[in-house]
Amino acid sequence: MNQVFEQDVASRSELIAFRLGEQEFCVDIMSVRDIRGWTPTTPLPHSSDYVKGVINLRGAVLPVVDLAARLGFDPAEPSARHVIIITQVGNQTIGLLVDAVSDILTVNSSAIQATPNVASELARAFMKGVIAIEGRMISLIALDNVLTQNQPGQGLLN
Amino acid sequence: MDTMAAIKQTFFQECEEQLAELEDGLLTIEREEGDLETINAVFRAVHSIKGGAGAFGLDELVRFAHTFETTLDGMRSGTVDSSPQIIKLMLRSADILADLVRFSRDGGDMDHARVAQMAEELTRAGGHAPEAVAVAAPAPFLAAPGEPDEFGFAPTPVTFDFASEAPAEPGVDEFGFAPVMIDFDEFIAADAAAPHVIDVRFRPKPELYAKANDALRLLRELGRLGEMEVSCDRSDLPALSELDPEGAYFVWNISIANADEAAVREIFEFVEFDCDLEISTRVSGIDEEQAAETVRDVLAQVAAQETVANLPPVADAFVAAPIEPVAAIPAPEAPVKAAQPASSSGQQPAPAAAAAQQGGSTIRVDLDRVDRLIDLVGELVINQSMLAQRVMEAGIARLSDVAVGLDDLEQLTREIQDSVMAIRAQPVRPIFQRMSRVVREVADMTGKSVRLLTEGENCEVDKTVIERLADPLTHMIRNAIDHGLETPEERIKVGKPEQGVVRMIAAHRSGRVVIEVSDDGAGIDRARVRQIAVNKGIIEEDAALTDAEIDDLIFAPGFSTADAISDVSGRGVGMDVVRRSIQALGGRITITSRPGLGTTFTLSLPLTLAVLDGMVVTVAGQTLVVPLSAIVETLQPKPSDVHNLGDNARVISIRGAFLPLLDVGAVLGYRSEEGDPLNSVAVMVETENQSQCALLVDGIIGQQQVVIKSLETNYGHVFGVAAATILGDGRVAVILDVDAIVAGSRSDQARADANRKRSAA
Repeated sequence: MNQVFEQDVASRSELIAFRLGEQEFCVDIMSVRDIRGWTPTTPLPHSSDYVKGVINLRGAVLPVVDLAARLGFDPAEPSARHVIIITQVGNQTIGLLVDAVSDILTVNSSAIQATPNVASELARAFMKGVIAIEGRMISLIALDNVLTQNQPGQGLLN
Repeated sequence: MDTMAAIKQTFFQECEEQLAELEDGLLTIEREEGDLETINAVFRAVHSIKGGAGAFGLDELVRFAHTFETTLDGMRSGTVDSSPQIIKLMLRSADILADLVRFSRDGGDMDHARVAQMAEELTRAGGHAPEAVAVAAPAPFLAAPGEPDEFGFAPTPVTFDFASEAPAEPGVDEFGFAPVMIDFDEFIAADAAAPHVIDVRFRPKPELYAKANDALRLLRELGRLGEMEVSCDRSDLPALSELDPEGAYFVWNISIANADEAAVREIFEFVEFDCDLEISTRVSGIDEEQAAETVRDVLAQVAAQETVANLPPVADAFVAAPIEPVAAIPAPEAPVKAAQPASSSGQQPAPAAAAAQQGGSTIRVDLDRVDRLIDLVGELVINQSMLAQRVMEAGIARLSDVAVGLDDLEQLTREIQDSVMAIRAQPVRPIFQRMSRVVREVADMTGKSVRLLTEGENCEVDKTVIERLADPLTHMIRNAIDHGLETPEERIKVGKPEQGVVRMIAAHRSGRVVIEVSDDGAGIDRARVRQIAVNKGIIEEDAALTDAEIDDLIFAPGFSTADAISDVSGRGVGMDVVRRSIQALGGRITITSRPGLGTTFTLSLPLTLAVLDGMVVTVAGQTLVVPLSAIVETLQPKPSDVHNLGDNARVISIRGAFLPLLDVGAVLGYRSEEGDPLNSVAVMVETENQSQCALLVDGIIGQQQVVIKSLETNYGHVFGVAAATILGDGRVAVILDVDAIVAGSRSDQARADANRKRSAA
């Protein structure tokens, strides 16, 4: 909220920040359709570990991705406090399982820095950049790769 | 341009309806149940198509429709006999007409020679059909006015202009030719070009003006045909105070010298239902007395005939009158009072309403809107049952107001769901009608005489199902005629009527629609089928098969019983394709055959593709849905039934047959240990290619209709899963893809997959 550049409205973007464990991440608010509490999912056969299953959102069946597992952290143990962020990725609607939503940020695009070259390769594949706010570091998630149908043994996971 | 395209689209939609009505009417006549009204309806259908086609400049369509209509008109007036041959010809013409409409709509090239040939046949049937002459011949001159005049002339070497130029207009008029026939002798003596006068009495109805036709234009057209005298009969014109501004009050008496009567009729062609028209021909100079009498006749009807003037002034003054009465009526004696808007507004909608009534009041709605509504109602149903469950969980008493209110809500939502589903439902009639065409074509090709009997055309099925039924049904009908029915000679030899019968019956049976296609042919030649199957390597030479199993062989891929590959069927892609497309619809197809008595195919189909009949089962704590169409039976395995076969494979013996036993939980990777068969239920399933298999599940919850939801939209294809659905508690359940599971187990892909999953975890 404090990094608003009034003179540069066009390149400002609003982001939704959330926590995974101790780290903070964010996604563009324009791709978020809904935020809802954890509901039990229906597991899908032969799905990747990070796909928690599918849920019913107002009549549509959509997959829920455990973002922590997807980024290579310890898989989440979903509880009532967990949150599912429903996002639109291309033509697909998917849910992201996160620990909690923390903030809504308005930042100038120039405030987004390139991902430092120290993070794990896996994490970097899903990050567009990092934002520094009030001494916190928030990573911007690139949603495009979250639900690629790569089988274990190929692609981004290794 | 867009508006034009939209109008054109509406025209083609209406054409479809007219064509259906046409065929329906002809079939009714064929069954000898038709009356004059049926013939009229048939005639109107063709006439409407012609009218619309004319407006869009579809010349070939107009020409053919015209020829068709002329012959139909002959039938209407009784000059063309409605013999079976003629009806058959007309049905074939209706097919051509349908083709022409289709080609006009979609583009493409029509077989012009075929059209021309059919038009010629129609003309022959209409003009000089031998049976028609036979009927007309006994009393050509004493006959009622409606009897044909041309046929009276036909045997004589003398021709006269309108008979020879318009042979396709048999007996078009009921009144006009009477004097001609009375003066027949003189007429024959007269030269073909004898001077004659055509009298026309033209009384437009209000509908004529309402359809934007104009009497003035018609009169001008008439004026082009020859010297013309017009008088306007205004005797019906009421006082201005009683005048309906949109009414029609004028009658014109027109005499045209030396015109061709057919040409005169053609001018009135598009308005003939909207006016009273009397056309008569009198021979001028030869029979003055007769002519004078006709004139006197007309005079008697015309109370106050005053002006006999040339066309333009009369027409200008009077044609405008019905539309703008106050401005144009040259009747100064009438007191000028306010016209009666009430009566006009009251009268005008009447014809339109009547027309709507006739077609059964329907609206056209975009299918997407209906689908959206169905989706929403599906969600409503789920929400309702979730709410009910919450209320139950909250511990609210069953008899409390809340619970009672919820029960009402449940009933209401179910009713809404049924009603919405009913919107998509359509009667199977159109597809049955299409089949009657197939029957005709195939019967012609094979030289067999076939009658199609249909029953239950009003049975309603989801539109998508209907659309996808056309191909399989066509195949089945072709097979029934080509393979099922014997040739006429063979039929006579075994004491059957020469004409074979193919029956199509649709009926609702326990939430599904059942369609039966049966023939009264020879039945399946089991010895031959068996031999062919052996030759083609489909079965082993010494395989022990029951009769039903042999019958079932005709569904095997690559099977064809036709000795010679015919145009009709017998490329060997027939019945297995049929079975597959029926199964793709969630249906089943079965065959029963009795030697010498015929074969019956029975299709059992779901009423809709949006909903599936499923068996809800539990596997490893998960709730799954197995499509009911795949399930043969369920049973509780006994210890003695289950046998291990080699490494890690199990079979179950059911009535002596050993079937593979697959644990669904393991195949889908829900658990790594195979379930204990003795605490489970075996669900016997049959796949598309007839292989049977037993699926092991933990328990059966019940049978339920579920709404199919795509998994591909937001995720992707999952092995072993056909789709998803949402259960009453709002949770998602997956619908098993039985074929994939069975096939996968065979190639061991699933097992490998599951193993990889296990080792990865």
